[in-house]
Amino acid sequence: MKTTITVNGQAKTLDVDTRTTLLDALRERLNLPGTKKGCDHGQCGACTVLVNGVRINSCLSLAVMHDGDAVTTIEGIGTVEKLAPIQQAFLTEDAFQCGYCTPGQICSALGMLQEVADNWPSQETTDLTGKIKFTDDELRERMSGNICRCSAYPQIVAAIRSIAGDAA
Amino acid sequence: MRPFTYERAVDAAGAVKAAVETPNAKFLGGGTNLLDLMKLEIETPTHLIDVGRLPMAGIEETAEGGLRIGAMATNSHVAADAKVRSRYPVLTQAIVSGGSGQLRNKATTAGNLLQRTRCAYFYDTSKPCNKRAPGSGCGALEGLNRNSAIFGASHACIATHPSDMAVALVALDASVEVLSPSGAARSFPLMELHRLPAETPDKDTHLIPGELITAVVLPPPPDGGQLYRKVRDRASYAAGLASVAVAGGRIALGAVAHKPWRAADAEAALASGASPAEAIAAELEGASANGRNGFKINLISRLVPAAIEEARGQGRGA
Repeated sequence: MKTTITVNGQAKTLDVDTRTTLLDALRERLNLPGTKKGCDHGQCGACTVLVNGVRINSCLSLAVMHDGDAVTTIEGIGTVEKLAPIQQAFLTEDAFQCGYCTPGQICSALGMLQEVADNWPSQETTDLTGKIKFTDDELRERMSGNICRCSAYPQIVAAIRSIAGDAA
Repeated sequence: MRPFTYERAVDAAGAVKAAVETPNAKFLGGGTNLLDLMKLEIETPTHLIDVGRLPMAGIEETAEGGLRIGAMATNSHVAADAKVRSRYPVLTQAIVSGGSGQLRNKATTAGNLLQRTRCAYFYDTSKPCNKRAPGSGCGALEGLNRNSAIFGASHACIATHPSDMAVALVALDASVEVLSPSGAARSFPLMELHRLPAETPDKDTHLIPGELITAVVLPPPPDGGQLYRKVRDRASYAAGLASVAVAGGRIALGAVAHKPWRAADAEAALASGASPAEAIAAELEGASANGRNGFKINLISRLVPAAIEEARGQGRGA
């Protein structure tokens, strides 16, 4: 089935089996293996990408559902020569060991920070009608869909905090 | 995943027509539950009708002073909506306690309601399950049933409905709008959407084939406080062991039955002056355990009165 998806700013037209997940289309058809397949069931967050700026699990979505969408993967966030601030922050804070979950952590963090900027609540938000106070409890709760088997969580929090600034 | 054909619906009527005319078709919303089950070949539709882009994602005021939430509004958008947060905080609290940020961004309102009632045996295709394979038996009855139902279960199925959102919606006395194959729209209480398992646990809802949920409608918020409380094994991103939604004098329980459980006996007891502890005791007279899930009875007996007291405190403070 013909599907056109704008990936990292470039329109890509693919003829895919309807069963192809967005994740497999990115990795296997578009040669963008930065997005990782962990559990393939939406439980680990390694496959997180941004679709029209919003973070989702690319393993639980079909490529054909994204005809006309704009997808950003880790390859579209920065390059080896020119790292994005959050990528540099993960290096500076030593926020990974094996690195397998890192692309998903970074895409998720970017989507999450936008959700905070848009004042979306989480279960840590006590005042639902005020401006969110972006505490570390808020940060951890909002990142709970991304698992790190190496357990680099304190450093991941530090890396995200370093680009997010202090709790408002 | 088994092969299937795919179409993107252009309007609700066309989606319903396609569902009626195409054998073994299913509607596809966000896909977070359906695609997961298709990967495991627990769900095996041969045609998917993608309703995800139908213009049914708005959250609008109703003439009655309530809200009409479009079926395709994402869980994140409903939880973040200013009208929901200020007037129906129990709904926001319930939604943000479910899934992860990524899942809530994709999951839709109708899809959340229609996620499958389930247990570990439903997901394990090597085990018997009357819900997945009618007549094969129930692995949970004498198996790993720690998270099974304590209300309304049958000898055929003791699975639980996993939604948090639906528990809050039941406490808020929400109704569901559907478009039927006849072309008529109908509306009924959300309480009547889901079924108890009885002898046919393969059926989760009372929808007729081809019916499409188009909206969830909230009446004006009730007087009194609102609160959602969920108890689980992890602090985040885990299914509930038990949960409670309080909305004024109405109480609904989650993770304890095949459907979101309206605690009608507790509500009646409260209305006639019983204490919260007495009220939940009245509800729990109808509870039964299957072994490992017996702790839920104790858990509910402590969780619910605490939530009622806290909601009352908020109601007085407001």
